Amino acid sequence: MKIQRLNWPVWAGFLLSLSALLSYPFVFVRWPITRDFPWANLLLFGIAAALLVLGIRRAFAGDRPRRSKIAGVGAATLSLLIFALFIFAAFVAARWLPAARGAPQAGQKAPEFSLSDTNGKTVTLSELLTTPIKGKTASTNPRGVLLIFYRGYW
Amino acid sequence: MAISVDTPEQSRDLCQRAGYTFTFLSDPKAEAIRRYDLVHAGQGINGQDIARPAEFLIDSSGAVRWVNLTENYWVRARPEQILEAAKALR
Repeated sequence: MKIQRLNWPVWAGFLLSLSALLSYPFVFVRWPITRDFPWANLLLFGIAAALLVLGIRRAFAGDRPRRSKIAGVGAATLSLLIFALFIFAAFVAARWLPAARGAPQAGQKAPEFSLSDTNGKTVTLSELLTTPIKGKTASTNPRGVLLIFYRGYW
Repeated sequence: MAISVDTPEQSRDLCQRAGYTFTFLSDPKAEAIRRYDLVHAGQGINGQDIARPAEFLIDSSGAVRWVNLTENYWVRARPEQILEAAKALR
C-alpha cells in the first residue's frame, strides 16, 4: 500500500486555531497592546483559516482518498467551532460584568472601609490616607491611595 | 492597595510568589466590595460573591479623583493611565 503524504496544511491550520484560542488567556493577555483588543489572536485565526482552505483544496484535488477529505472537513469544522468559542469568550462573555452604577464616581467621597491586611492587621481607608509614609530622611503625608478591586483566586 | 475576597493567607502567598510589595486587603464577606457596589454575585469558587474588577484613585481628602470600571473582564487599567491620573494629586 502506498503511504499517503500527510495533508499538513489541514493539521497545521487546526493546531494554529487551537493555539490562537489558548494563547489569549495564557500569553497575549499579559501585555495591554495585545490584550485590550485581541488582534494578535485574530491574526493567528486568519492564518489558520488560510491554511485550512489550502489543505481542503489539496484534499479535494487529485487522487487523495476519501478519508483525507473527511479529515480536512472535520478539522475545518472543529477550527470554526474554536473560532466561534474565541469570539464568544473575548467579545460576549467577557462583558458579562455588573454595571456597578452605585460605585463612587470622581468627585464623590470614597466610602470608608476596615479590612485585614496580609499580617492580620486591620486597616481603614482614613488611616491609609493620613498615615505618613516613612522615607529615608523624612516622612511625607500620602498624596492619595489607589484601590484595586480584583476577583481573587490568583 | 489591592482588595479581594481572598483570605490574608492566600494574599500573602500571592505576594510571595509574585513579589508584590504593596498592601493586599482581605474582604472575605465582600463588605467593602458591596459598599463600592462592585459585587459580582455568585461568581467565585463555591458560588461566593466576589468583586468585579475596578480601580479607584482617592486623594488625601478622601475624594475619588479617578475611576476605571472596565466593561471587559480581560481588560484592566494600564499603569500609565493610573500614573497620569496620579500626577493630578497634590
